Amino acid sequence: MALTLMEGNEAIAWGARAAGCRFFAGYPITPATTIYNAMLRLLPPEGGICMQGEDEIASIGFCLGASMAGWKTMTATSGPGISLYSEQISFAIGSEIPLVIVDVQRLGPSTGSATKGADGDIQFLQWGNSGGLPVIVLAPVDIRDCIVLTMQAFNLAETYRCPVFLAANKEISMTRETVDLDAIALPDIINRRQADPVQQFLPFGTSGERLTPDFLPIGGNRAVRQTSSTHGPDGYITADPELIARNQDRLQRKITSQADRFVFSEYDAAAGAETLIITYGVTARAAKTAAEALRDTGTPVSLLVLKTLWPVPEDLLREKAAAYSRVVVVEMNLGQYVREIQRVLSDRDIRFLGQMDGELIKPRQIEEVVHHG
Amino acid sequence: MDSLLNQDRPPVFCPGCAHERVVAALDQTFQGMGLRGEQIAIVSDIGCSGLFDTFFNTHAFHGLHGRALTYATGIKMARPDLHVVVTMGDGGLGIGGAHLLSTCRRNIDLTLLVLNNFNYGMTGGQCSSTTPQNAQVGSGFLNRLEKPMDVCRVAGAAGAAYTARASAYEKDLSDTLATAIRYDGFALVDIWGVCPGRYTKRNKLSPKTIATTLEGLPPTDHFRKENTREEYGRAYRHEAADLPPAPPPQGIETLHPPVTETRQEVVFLGSAGQRIVTAGELLCLAGASAGLQASQKNDYPITVLRGHSVSEVILSKKAIGYTGIQQPSVVIALAAEGVTRRKKMLANLTEDALVIRAEGIAIPSCRATVVTVDFKAAGIREPDWALAALATLANRNTALSSAMLQTALDIRFSGKVYDLATAVVGKASA
Ligand code: SF4
Repeated sequence: MALTLMEGNEAIAWGARAAGCRFFAGYPITPATTIYNAMLRLLPPEGGICMQGEDEIASIGFCLGASMAGWKTMTATSGPGISLYSEQISFAIGSEIPLVIVDVQRLGPSTGSATKGADGDIQFLQWGNSGGLPVIVLAPVDIRDCIVLTMQAFNLAETYRCPVFLAANKEISMTRETVDLDAIALPDIINRRQADPVQQFLPFGTSGERLTPDFLPIGGNRAVRQTSSTHGPDGYITADPELIARNQDRLQRKITSQADRFVFSEYDAAAGAETLIITYGVTARAAKTAAEALRDTGTPVSLLVLKTLWPVPEDLLREKAAAYSRVVVVEMNLGQYVREIQRVLSDRDIRFLGQMDGELIKPRQIEEVVHHG
Repeated sequence: MDSLLNQDRPPVFCPGCAHERVVAALDQTFQGMGLRGEQIAIVSDIGCSGLFDTFFNTHAFHGLHGRALTYATGIKMARPDLHVVVTMGDGGLGIGGAHLLSTCRRNIDLTLLVLNNFNYGMTGGQCSSTTPQNAQVGSGFLNRLEKPMDVCRVAGAAGAAYTARASAYEKDLSDTLATAIRYDGFALVDIWGVCPGRYTKRNKLSPKTIATTLEGLPPTDHFRKENTREEYGRAYRHEAADLPPAPPPQGIETLHPPVTETRQEVVFLGSAGQRIVTAGELLCLAGASAGLQASQKNDYPITVLRGHSVSEVILSKKAIGYTGIQQPSVVIALAAEGVTRRKKMLANLTEDALVIRAEGIAIPSCRATVVTVDFKAAGIREPDWALAALATLANRNTALSSAMLQTALDIRFSGKVYDLATAVVGKASA
């Protein structure tokens, strides 16, 4: 066994490369900058492209152009940059442009604290777009996740032609840790489905059961249309309510109807446990440590770590929570994802532990809540 | 060559709109250059000029207001052989000003057609970045307070080599467009025209006045001489071709026994410039060389050369969950800035803990064993104290051994830096 010492952001960059990412554009921002640094080392020598945009809007714009030209693309930023991305994110959602967006969350609101961690963007990532269509958000816990979930993010972006977020956190991205790279099982790589270039091609057309349109690149040997305006299958503006409704419904269902295929999570059940801790991201690490300590001292607790946050894995939550009288939700904000848990598990006794001071939630705080609620 | 106009979608501009003339001229240009639709991408944004892409049978990318140049840049970098033509109005020009300046500075091979009609046609004739101050527009008095900009001079000042001004009514417009498209780099054509739907309802502007005004504007030819250089994409690929591939992440084999089976939590308290983060990394590498899991969490302000620098390292036989410090086994106190950040932690240390304190650094009284080291007297410069403290620890066989530290140095440093680091360790161990 050989151990490799890596920072989370470095692992995200290597994961992107392993997934076939050839285009990265970003604007430097702590704590995401080291992803850009790593991509600049990785891509250009291999014929890929890494660009620094004049701002965040340009950076994600480069990515949208390159993605429609057929390249796998990624951008990375933090909360302030996600705000600037917002309009382009809506475009990518509505016009089905595959893209991986890393949000290395830092303490907000606004410019907040550049070198402090938080999970304050968890609702923002889902709802920070005009139109309110569903998005996919994955949340890594450690270096292994930074690699594997980044690869999964690319696979999902390619499969469903949509932006996929990686909700990282300064405390994962800028923390170094050892990892046994050989022990990680990497997922198979998925590429977007290409349309048959000789058949009639509708850039947003789908047939049969399929809800995601097949792809042809801009710059390929068949003229292709892309548009941010409300469009029909042919990629031209439409005002036909029926066509519009059908398209909106498809954009919604192509994600929600498939959501059970990409539920990433870890469940650690303890015999005799009455409490289930539900958490995600870096806080899952404190929860693991707390669960061990609690078990050692005669209070068995179970732990559910969510790695797919959006769409909310409702079936998983219901199934796992069924055996427990009490659920404790822990997150590094003042109560964002707990709303989803309360909605899905409305018949459960739900306790909440949140914190927004730039510090990690400590295992002892979690033990306290489990003991005294 | 056939026309590339989309017969199913004829232009829908107001009667007399200058845009329609540009559509026709652009089609002539494409025909004259013998281009097929799939060799061209038209990238447009919002407003009446944003309809351009729908009138042609070419690749088309219609996006957000003012952002057309950003998509076009991505497309061109990914598809260097494609002719990428960007259309925007004077609206897109203003809202996307930062992108215009940067595109000029990059000199990427895009052709930008600014369809300049001095107002926002689509939203009601409000003032834009090119509206004359004496014009009557839909923004009340506001345009009287803002000076219109001369796109070509702005672009030239920002680094564009090719800029041209044209009237939508001139005979040889399609030739002007062809020259711009052929130009190997960023080319901008500022095309003036009338907007009968809005602007000329209240303002006098005719093809003739446009021609006379254009003639009176300062020339921009000198920018060609000043700014001509290699096209961005090609220059990028040249630079990239010489870069060495990034070395793959390095695996560290287990070479040494760990000094203890117990989890070690080591906290460095220093200040910027003391290479605290590097020392923390060395400790992680040393741990890995003994088969230990390691994590390093750093805390420093955004300033690089001032303020505290704190590094928290955990070494453990078991997988590391929580990466925060719970019960420090070693604290290395090297600067007041760092000590101030962790006063409470220091005060709560147990008697099992060890503190390595640099001579002269005050710490709160605590139960831990405190070892004071006079690094200065040992001839060690302050930026090397953190490394020297690791050597002190290694000498005591606490948290790491000398062999582990040596392996960490072998992995992390080479050449002159390695020699310097080895010298520091030697001094600290003497
Ligand atoms: S509003 Fe002005 S720019 Fe728009 S189509 Fe009418 S005349 Fe042309």
